[in-house]
Amino acid sequence: MATTSKRIETDRVIAPGQTYGSLDDLITKPVLTPLLKTPLGWFLGFGFSLALLMLFMVTVYVLITTGMGIFGNNQPVAWAFPIINLVWWIGIGHAGTMISAILLLVRQDWRTSINRFAEAMTLFAVACAGLFPILHLGRPWVFYWLMPYPNTMDLWPQFRSPLAWDVFAITAYASVSALFWFIGLLPDLATLRDRAQHPVARLIYGALSLGWRGSAKHWQRYTRAYLLLAALAAPLVVSVHTTISFDFAVTQVPGWNNTIMPPYFVAGALFAGFAMVLILAIPLRKMFGFEGLITLKHLDNSAKVMLATGLFVAYGYLIELFIGWYSGTEFERYMVLNRLFGDYTWAFWTLIAFNVLAIQPLWFKSVRQTPWALFVIAILVSIGMWLERFVIISVSLTRDFMPSAWHNYQPTTWDFTLFLGSIGLFLTLWFLFLRFLPAIATAEVKELIHHDAVHHAKEAKS
Amino acid sequence: MSGSAIYGLAAEFSTPEAILTAAGQAREAGYTKMDAYTPFPVADLDEALGMQPTRLGWAVLFAGTIGALLGFFMQWYANVIAWPLLNIGGRPLNDWPSFIVITFEVSVLFAAFTAGLLMLARNGLPQPYHPIFNAPNFAGVSRDKFLLCIEATDGQFDLRETKAFLMELKPNRVDEVAL
Repeated sequence: MATTSKRIETDRVIAPGQTYGSLDDLITKPVLTPLLKTPLGWFLGFGFSLALLMLFMVTVYVLITTGMGIFGNNQPVAWAFPIINLVWWIGIGHAGTMISAILLLVRQDWRTSINRFAEAMTLFAVACAGLFPILHLGRPWVFYWLMPYPNTMDLWPQFRSPLAWDVFAITAYASVSALFWFIGLLPDLATLRDRAQHPVARLIYGALSLGWRGSAKHWQRYTRAYLLLAALAAPLVVSVHTTISFDFAVTQVPGWNNTIMPPYFVAGALFAGFAMVLILAIPLRKMFGFEGLITLKHLDNSAKVMLATGLFVAYGYLIELFIGWYSGTEFERYMVLNRLFGDYTWAFWTLIAFNVLAIQPLWFKSVRQTPWALFVIAILVSIGMWLERFVIISVSLTRDFMPSAWHNYQPTTWDFTLFLGSIGLFLTLWFLFLRFLPAIATAEVKELIHHDAVHHAKEAKS
Repeated sequence: MSGSAIYGLAAEFSTPEAILTAAGQAREAGYTKMDAYTPFPVADLDEALGMQPTRLGWAVLFAGTIGALLGFFMQWYANVIAWPLLNIGGRPLNDWPSFIVITFEVSVLFAAFTAGLLMLARNGLPQPYHPIFNAPNFAGVSRDKFLLCIEATDGQFDLRETKAFLMELKPNRVDEVAL
């Protein structure tokens, strides 16, 4: 305990000198604190999030009782805030799967101490994302018509439409992410079962741990299942944002109809997602004293991924503009001019400033290892990525083919409350997660401690 | 074989290396009915205990294939048999490139849930009670202790001799585990 409670900043994947027991104590402490002894900061954060969630509920109530007319959506801009928010949230979710699945497959051991909360972030972001298209339906209570099921209307979903593909992609993604997360939690729930003092806590964690006993046979099947899930989740996450990009790419709208959309969307998703990982990780490590587990190495690496994906996205902007000109099509050329100098020129230049210019300091190691600077950059990137979707989705729609059909878009107050409210939903789930479940995968970090000790012992010998 | 109603004898170790060596020695000594309980997966421990490799991967491949077939069949059936009416840009009814995404998603869904749920099922979970929970130091397994339990049903099990054997492996302690 002594070594980890000291606030050490380190460049290594985890701070040296930790034992299995000290790690357990550090990670399970916030979870096993009696309810009334929860730190005040948690109550403040949770209260704020809950207030935003109430804003969400009120907006949903008004939406259901009044109808879609409360939003600014209209012809020609039928896709606005709800779809922008869907794409924004689900993109954020992708970083969690990338960390837990893709980095596992390529044996990046630094993923281990951040994968649990990144996966939680994925789940909560996908929950927010999933609500928007449903609320956008106009009659959200018949959302199940989107699924193929035997019905008296004798109808099927239109399987040739990317919108129907989306339903399958997002549903599969949400279910697989939840399963992956729960399977990963299983050994840690057993740890909590064995550590909990309160009988109710023991009962709940005991039931959730399903009787996990860490036997060699259990672990053998478990590690194989985990690896298989990672191998399945990796292409899944790429397919989800690819499918979302098809919603746009298969249409004729200038600004949507681009073959670069799938890779460009996937890169943008990871870009925004790693920004959110940093936004969550930086306060988390300070609040719980996890500096020895979520080290500067993690921040550094996440910043590098952010820089790399940010450059992909910048390339995407460039190609969109280039193809607009190179296509020789009047409409595509006008789309470019409208983006650069039209009525929404502020949105375009702000997103360039936030997504392309603001990340340039990340070339320097000193910036990548300064938590507050990363936090600021990550916030800017999150705003920039939201604006990017606004420009692609809505601004393209304001000026399509016929000038007689052109119309500017004006969001209403309800548009903003639903968006802010969804942040409340996300943060409420996040604070509940921090209070009741271990934010770091203890079993996996123990394995890492073992590897680290063996590795460094070998180094010391040679 | 002693007649007392116990599940087995559990020896406690503090490091993954120690339990790996102990498991190997127990196997060499001829014990077959035993299991190790560890806070995190210890590489090669399953082999040291003489366990067969898992065949989970084949089941997942099978389920993924079934999922892909079902996913494609659903779309083919809807478009060719149930509603052969939609002529979209003169495309054929069996418009297979449009069906790829959903086929893939259904396949992944089947495969992933097979991997997760079959792992739990084959491990016998959920299982609220297991005799190993009676080991006095079992709570340490989810923290930093490594238990090797030789079960009483092993043909070679003898309370005194097995205990003496386990003591030779230099564990922290050896306990009888009640049934």
